[in-house]
Amino acid sequence: MKREDLTIDVSDLPVYAFGARSLMWWGTLGMIVIEGTMFALLIGAYFYLRGRVPDWPPNGLPPQLRWGIVNTVVLLASVLPNIWYQRAAERKDLATVRLGLVISIVFAVAFVVIRFCEFRVLNCHWTTNAYGSVVWTLLGLHTVHLITDLADTIVLTALMFIGPVDGKHFVDVSENAFYWYFVVIVWLPIFAVLYLAPRWI
Amino acid sequence: MTPGEDAVKSPTDFSDSVDVQRERRQLAETWREPTGLVGWFSCVHHTTIGRRFIITAFVFFLLGGIEAVLMRLQLARPENRLLGPDLYNQIFTMHGSTMMFLFAVPMMLGLGIYLVPLMVGARNIAFPRLIAFGYYLYLFGGIFLYFMFLLNSGPDNGWFSYVPLAGPQYAPGKRADVWAQLITFTEVSSLVVAVGLIVTVFKLRRPGMSINRIPLFVWAELVISFMIIFAMPTVALASTCLILDRLIGTHFFNPAEGGDVLLWQHLFWFFGHPEVYIIFIPATGIISAILPTFCRRKIFGYTLLVLSLVATGFIGFGLWVHHMFATGLPKVAQSFFTAASMMIALPTGAQIFCWLATLWRGKLVVKTPLLFVLGFFFNFLIGGLTGVMLASVTLNQQVHDTFFVVAHFHYVLIGGSVFPLFGGLYYWFPKITGRMLSERTGRWVFGLMMIGFNLTFFPMHQLGLKGMPRRVYTYLPGLGWEGLNLLATVGGSIMAVSVLLFIVNAFQSLRAGEAANDNPWGAGSLEWATAAPPPVYNFARLSVVAGHDPLWDEFEKQPVVTGVRSDLREVLVTTVLDAAPDHKYLMPDPSMWPFLTAVATTGLFVGSIFTPWAVVIGAVPVTITMIGWFWPKRREQEEQAAAEHGHHSGAGKDEGPVGGERPIWEGQA
Repeated sequence: MKREDLTIDVSDLPVYAFGARSLMWWGTLGMIVIEGTMFALLIGAYFYLRGRVPDWPPNGLPPQLRWGIVNTVVLLASVLPNIWYQRAAERKDLATVRLGLVISIVFAVAFVVIRFCEFRVLNCHWTTNAYGSVVWTLLGLHTVHLITDLADTIVLTALMFIGPVDGKHFVDVSENAFYWYFVVIVWLPIFAVLYLAPRWI
Repeated sequence: MTPGEDAVKSPTDFSDSVDVQRERRQLAETWREPTGLVGWFSCVHHTTIGRRFIITAFVFFLLGGIEAVLMRLQLARPENRLLGPDLYNQIFTMHGSTMMFLFAVPMMLGLGIYLVPLMVGARNIAFPRLIAFGYYLYLFGGIFLYFMFLLNSGPDNGWFSYVPLAGPQYAPGKRADVWAQLITFTEVSSLVVAVGLIVTVFKLRRPGMSINRIPLFVWAELVISFMIIFAMPTVALASTCLILDRLIGTHFFNPAEGGDVLLWQHLFWFFGHPEVYIIFIPATGIISAILPTFCRRKIFGYTLLVLSLVATGFIGFGLWVHHMFATGLPKVAQSFFTAASMMIALPTGAQIFCWLATLWRGKLVVKTPLLFVLGFFFNFLIGGLTGVMLASVTLNQQVHDTFFVVAHFHYVLIGGSVFPLFGGLYYWFPKITGRMLSERTGRWVFGLMMIGFNLTFFPMHQLGLKGMPRRVYTYLPGLGWEGLNLLATVGGSIMAVSVLLFIVNAFQSLRAGEAANDNPWGAGSLEWATAAPPPVYNFARLSVVAGHDPLWDEFEKQPVVTGVRSDLREVLVTTVLDAAPDHKYLMPDPSMWPFLTAVATTGLFVGSIFTPWAVVIGAVPVTITMIGWFWPKRREQEEQAAAEHGHHSGAGKDEGPVGGERPIWEGQA
């Protein structure tokens, strides 16, 4: 058999793919694992410090629940437009992607605004004691993720409106939603730690 | 740009018909690295960035080595006045931090960046711009550390920077902050590189390189990349908390306000112990690459070696408390971590037996790379034995903070990691440069290093048992420490000579060394299937892989992948387990934005030592440069459009991998 006969022709393969087939998905997953480890460690530090003092919170006042609950509801609701535009991206429906991204931005902005209300009713300050330090750092780290992903989404949305949009960019849109799910899911344990643990455990 | 890409005909890359030559020219043009000053900062090919990582790490190795020699000179005799206590503190901290964060990890990652894409048969690494960004961040972090050191603001609390010594109360000034921010630089760099390596190994392997055919060096890099992802965030978090304590008055480590100093030790060693394995595991990968080549047989126990690597990766996370036996932990914790520390000897032992079996049944070709591996066995065994000793709490407490510990970890790190590394440098130098290193000089380098190393560190065991604490800048006469210290200093000087000799050897070879052919050692892995040095596209022919030593497994008879465009930076993406062709992907062009982003990020990191507002203000240029990086340029748009519309495009979800039920690349020939 001649060597020329032994070839695998890949000319007809697609030039991009969604989900776990794509490089971007794995890259995003890598970032998620890194960030997730960071949150897990900080939560570990929270409980480690808790074991060092008799009263937790030391002044007896856990963060006020109101804004935390509002924020959790808003955040969970924001998953819907993300799912919507992610599905649209996978069928390359540009109009729906644009609308979905804009709605997601509105959610994210609302979330950041409410987050500032949250910071005001934490009933502690980072300079007072280690409890205050870890609470502020935990909430702060999550807020940094929110703001980063908001900025990211805004740039991506601008690209969807201005630039010529290729298939590859739909993959980026899909991965943007993927990262947002992480920001939402990681909030749930943080919420439980900051708001519920001092009350119930 | 890339010498040898057309001139040298590889034994395995053999077709030289007119068509193939035209394709090679086209590939060289498509993948060309930019030139000139701006071009230098825009390079994105993994061989370019990998080479920079290796050279930079080697320079830091020399700096760390100079610091080591200075310490040895200071300790050569009692009551020496060469270095004062303050400078000595800075120098041992700089030595440790340099060797761990600026030499060992970046060197191992640099080798991975250079070799992994070649070994898996890809044309570039995944996320090459991110890798370039990681390089600049690492470089700037190192420059920043040494700049501050020259301003007499070098860190002086030891490489693990324990609180409360490094806290706001006992460490005024900026020295502890410089250390903490060095951590941020190097950790971000390592993390992005780790992600790039993982995705390269998972998705860019040559068809046929199923998971049971991945070369062991690649496995090693994969395992440490995962370890980095879980370990490095810890130290980044710890150093951030330290900076917060020092800069804005948080109380993480302040016992007076509910903080805890041991929290620092837990966080640090949860990173610090895996770190040791992050340095050691690639060295085992190097050994597993060198041994089959110089034993002229396949490695013994491939599967067992892979499982050992993975097991080491897991167990490495369960040992951190053995660094803290002297902190008064509960008995049960001590027993648990003693057991875990002894358990890790099992996979390491399994690896050593596999290597011994390979040697036993091989026809040895005794060249310099193999000599370094043999040296490894001797030195690492000693380090491993003292490791098992130190795992025992009673002995550990007896020799805690003495030179015994210094001796132990230098046997593990130098014996376990630097010796294989030098073997690796002799092994891959011809591939990277196209020149052989001198075999004669190589033997001298090995001999001197072996003698010098053992003379330096073996006496330290005894010094430790005699009670000499580490990190003292001098000692009194009459304690019985003089002779051994002098001996260690003599040994250190011999080691220094061996390293200098290596540098001379490298420069001589670069200038007038014997030209290397593509596969001078007759090795079996894919990096030897292309020219030396490799052309910018790595491989013209994409032959399918049929074993874990592809070149020894009827490589010429394997089918070839066609249809990956040579007029675009197109690569083939394959499936995670089977490496079956899945889709194609356009690699990014060269770009200066990663460099600019690294500059902006450096501004933010350095500024935040002085004021928390630097984080807010510094975020603006970082955001701008990142948008510049992300925003598609006209040329990229055109290329993407060409890729997507030039062919049968689209990415229907239902299109599975091609190949049918029984892929063509299995059972061919």
